[in-house]
Amino acid sequence: MSVLMNKDSRVVIQGFGGAGQREAKTSIAYGTQVVAGVTPGRGGQTIEGVPIYNTVSEAVEKHQANVSLIFVPAPFAADAILEAERAGVPLIICITEGIPVLDMVKVKRVMKNSKSRLIGPNCPGVISVADRSRAGIMPVDVYLEGNVGVISRSGTLVYEAVDQLSRLGIGQSGSLGVGGDPIIGTTQREALELFEADPDTAAIVLIGEIGGTAEQEAAEYIKQMKKPVVVFIGGATAPPGRRMGHAGAIISGAAGTASAKQQALREAGATVVENPGDIGSTMQAVLKKHGLA
Amino acid sequence: MKLHEYQAKELLAQFGVPVPKGRVARTPEEAEAITIELGGSSVIKAQAHTGARGKAGGVKVAKTPEEAKAHAAAILGMQLVTHQTGPAGLPVSAVLVEELVDIEREIYLSVAIDNTPGMPVIIASAQGGMDIEEVAANSPEAIFKQHVDPACGFQPFQGRELAFAIGLDGPLLGPATQLIGNLVKAFEASDGAIAEINPVVVTKDGRLLAADAKFSIDDNAEYRQAALVGQRDRSQEDDRELDAHDHGIQNYVALDGDIGCLVNGAGLAMATMDGIKFAGGEPANFLDIGTANNPEAIAAALRLIGSDPKVKAVLVNIFGGLARTDVIAEGVILAKREGMISQPTVVRLSGTNVDLGNKILDEATDVDLIRADGFADGARKVVAASRGEK
Repeated sequence: MSVLMNKDSRVVIQGFGGAGQREAKTSIAYGTQVVAGVTPGRGGQTIEGVPIYNTVSEAVEKHQANVSLIFVPAPFAADAILEAERAGVPLIICITEGIPVLDMVKVKRVMKNSKSRLIGPNCPGVISVADRSRAGIMPVDVYLEGNVGVISRSGTLVYEAVDQLSRLGIGQSGSLGVGGDPIIGTTQREALELFEADPDTAAIVLIGEIGGTAEQEAAEYIKQMKKPVVVFIGGATAPPGRRMGHAGAIISGAAGTASAKQQALREAGATVVENPGDIGSTMQAVLKKHGLA
Repeated sequence: MKLHEYQAKELLAQFGVPVPKGRVARTPEEAEAITIELGGSSVIKAQAHTGARGKAGGVKVAKTPEEAKAHAAAILGMQLVTHQTGPAGLPVSAVLVEELVDIEREIYLSVAIDNTPGMPVIIASAQGGMDIEEVAANSPEAIFKQHVDPACGFQPFQGRELAFAIGLDGPLLGPATQLIGNLVKAFEASDGAIAEINPVVVTKDGRLLAADAKFSIDDNAEYRQAALVGQRDRSQEDDRELDAHDHGIQNYVALDGDIGCLVNGAGLAMATMDGIKFAGGEPANFLDIGTANNPEAIAAALRLIGSDPKVKAVLVNIFGGLARTDVIAEGVILAKREGMISQPTVVRLSGTNVDLGNKILDEATDVDLIRADGFADGARKVVAASRGEK
């Protein structure tokens, strides 16, 4: 089943506009249960065969939705996350990019004492390949069923890594994009814990980036992991002090550089890939070495 | 978005942070007049988005109004070059003219976001006036922190703990606690990314003053900080980056190499730079097209990349998720047909609608493109193209 998403996942989409509708269609065609949409003021309509509600709590009550996927625009996204949390949705996945960081300070504080888990924001979502259960924006064609889990701060690098693996015939259990913002709900370390505990995952690709210390915190956990981890850190060539698109991808201080992260991860026992074109082939070698291929 | 020192001080003053007397001047005569108001002496400080201005000749002390006029005349209009600006430097069109103060001690104080707990953090040190990174590396015990819990906000005890830790006790305790609290207020109300006062000075007559100030605003919150965004000084920013910003491309960073890149997603854009470097080339830019999902926007982005005279070849590296490869393909063809980009262009498409995207490229037989299959192939081909190889 991979992690978080499975056959019983019932997805409600908050912000059922263009992107929300397009991704709902892709998920439904893939085999995922998309049970409701939420757009305030449009309750009672049916769009793309999906019933729309005014509030998340209605969607939860009527359809037992247990995953919320958020496409709400950035100025209103923190509100949407908190609405899903209050409605008791156990898994909240926020795709939205560009949420003000002080909004996320409040959200993070609420999530700390919550039973719900937040993935993202500014992330591609979560997919469980064997269960064809998808809450996110990832292209489904590149995935191949198998036993490698993929974790990434970046969305497009999830697809890139998955594609490289699939081209070599290495399938995936699933992927989890933790998001490119400085403050996120589920960290790389927590994502590693999920895949380490997943019986359908044998090895993990972790894709980090410059900025912050999340990779060093992940390295602390990798020291005690049983499953092999292959890591790529994006932004080795980025100049310090410049924000590279992601709000979190800015080198401020020595810990934020790619080399500092690579070193911490190597010391923790991970296999570090320096050329982004080598992610798939390196995993192939690691699987062979561990007798997993 | 960064504020100038004078703008940051105006902002901090509004929130009750004490700043030296003085104001901004745009002509030598204004600098002279302000110096007379200040009692005949002043310090003249170049306003540019960089640190280390003093070493670069951007900060001068004037003992008389005439000297102030002369210093301002020398500084206004200069290109200030520091280790942070690159060789071209930054233009100076304003100076801050301030009272001279007798300094007894210098303190470091800042507020920023600490990602891991997800809260603002106040950082204080008695070793002010120095590079805080160096202090943190050499004497971490000299740095003190307090996190601001959003559930209750900043509490005065946090200010007191910091003040005692850095030796601001006795009659300075009250003002120091207040200053710290007011800095946090300014940071929160203005969607600060970093608010740094380095140094806060303790004057010989027992006052606390923010002698310097750096303030930057969270880019994601610009939509609700109209008053501060209105103070943006475009002369301090890269022309091509501003052009990108004006075309709705938020994520363009100019670099020094000769290979242009157009990529979807910040992570893939960074990895593309890394991949080009591995293939022996140097990227000319970072560009994440973000949510620009129409051919015109893609073509505009390519025109922007192509207009950089350094650029010898361009790599379009797309792995479509939300972005659709067919839209990208149309944008590339539009840019080529309209002559918006003349450099050899390598295109790699994967992901959403890739069959349609490739078909569009196949059918545009009049357009000369180098096609790549996969990431490494794209990086290799663009480096070869930049050297005039095929």
